[in-house]
Amino acid sequence: MKTFGAFLLFLSSLVKRGESPRILFKRTIDEAILIGIDSIFIVGVVSTFIGAVTCVQISYNLTNALIPRSTIGFMVREMTILELAPTITSIVLAGKVGSNIAGGLGTMRITEQVDALEVMGINASSYLVSPKILASLLVFPMLVILAMFLSILGGYLAGSLSGALSGQEYITGLRSDFIPYNITFALIKSVVFAFLISSISSYQGYFTSGGALEVGKASTNAVTNSVIAILIADFVCAQILL
Amino acid sequence: MIEIHNIHKTFNGNKVLDGIDGVFESGKMNMLLGASGTGKSVLLKCIVGLVKPDIGSITYDGRIFTNNKLDIKQEIRRKIGMLFQGSALFDSMNVYENVEFPLRMLTDMNRAERAERVEFCLKRVGLENAGKKMPSELSGGMKKRVGIARAIAPHCTYLFCDEPNSGLDPLTAIKIDELIKEITMEYDITTIVVTHDMNSVLEYGDNVMFLYKGKKLWEGHSSTIMDTNVRELNDFIFSNRLMRDAKKIEQIEEEEQRQEDEQNAKK
Ligand SMILES: Nc1ncnc2c1ncn2[C@@H]1O[C@H](COP(=O)(O)OP(=O)(O)O)[C@@H](O)[C@H]1O
Ligand SMILES: [Mg+2]
Repeated sequence: MKTFGAFLLFLSSLVKRGESPRILFKRTIDEAILIGIDSIFIVGVVSTFIGAVTCVQISYNLTNALIPRSTIGFMVREMTILELAPTITSIVLAGKVGSNIAGGLGTMRITEQVDALEVMGINASSYLVSPKILASLLVFPMLVILAMFLSILGGYLAGSLSGALSGQEYITGLRSDFIPYNITFALIKSVVFAFLISSISSYQGYFTSGGALEVGKASTNAVTNSVIAILIADFVCAQILL
Repeated sequence: MIEIHNIHKTFNGNKVLDGIDGVFESGKMNMLLGASGTGKSVLLKCIVGLVKPDIGSITYDGRIFTNNKLDIKQEIRRKIGMLFQGSALFDSMNVYENVEFPLRMLTDMNRAERAERVEFCLKRVGLENAGKKMPSELSGGMKKRVGIARAIAPHCTYLFCDEPNSGLDPLTAIKIDELIKEITMEYDITTIVVTHDMNSVLEYGDNVMFLYKGKKLWEGHSSTIMDTNVRELNDFIFSNRLMRDAKKIEQIEEEEQRQEDEQNAKK
């Protein structure tokens, strides 16, 4: 509870006494490019395989001859858009981006780079952290859209390569009963997760004290806390928004 | 000139600073001397405002710094340069960008003016060709030089150095001390140097303040420090064999001088 209070104080310090919009904008773009380039490969690989595995497993379970094979396409679409693309991608990003943010800020803290900023009269938390959070809010939804796309593509490839269903059937399934709101829901979730990951990891990194060992601990804590927060938020979002 | 009055600081019941007063003059090497863990860094951080003292006041050239309005604090901070113990260079930026950073953030110089100032500062610390290097490629001494260049870039009036020569070989250490002293006198900067190195104190110190367990036990000019009769300071100085030898030689020389004088007097 005390930690939570400190966390809220930390968040409020980000908006007080910020840097000029021009610097904030430039730093956000820099961070966004870093986060994007850093994570695009792993997100691509993970989501393609998730789509493929989902397709193969559904087809394994779907033995009833009365259900058309195109249902597989439908189910892959529903599962990846609603749950797998936003949540799994965010968990992967918690590992990749979260540990990176916490490690980077932690290192800056213990090597006194944060103090160096403060001595210059710069609000170090807003200068360092706000761009990371904004960049995450910007980039995560893009990565999630990419993940949706690649998961569905992965399902298509797995389905046709394993002979579970033809490409035509898969596409028929994809097109049936499409609810556009599901995409909105997934994007809202990705923004929520982006905020949780970037702010929790920044908090862990920013308040590191000690040495290299503590930086490692801060990274680990950032990832575990982010993942737990994602799963709780996932449940809450589903309750509220669906 | 910086004045501090009655500075107290406690961390979780651990009293680190216990009522410290002092005056730090401009154009002088003001040294804070003491063993590790006596609160030198904490005092320095209190003075620059990185740590808030529990009690006490700090004034910069007569302007109150502690508890003052944020914009006045910021205005004073813009005149502060600090060299950190581990240099604290921004490791995502190269040397040039590190020195340019405070100019970009704190002044409204245009690109050309900044470039000129960065060139000048890098040249002043003897690193005119290192602008493109990244901090990870620099030796310890070079990092300190870049740290000094970054500190003085925005024309600082106050310079703070936390153990500027720790972790350096003796020759490099002397060069860094020398550089700080030169810059201090050249630009009439109020410089405060934290150190536990008696060599620096004797060679480059002007005013010295000796801290022991959060208290100031001695202050004076560096030339008089060897004659102190504060026991803790004596223990500190002469924990080093070289210093004991130096003291012995001094005493022998004094003794000889005295005998000579006596003989002269007899004649
Ligand atoms: N942020 C802090 N929180 C708690 N204790 C601290 C903090 N900073 C310094 N201390 C304690 O203050 C004492 C003095 O530290 P310091 O000023 O770094 O010593 P030194 O004279 O070697 O520079 C040490 O015992 C240290 O543990
Ligand atoms: Mg120290």
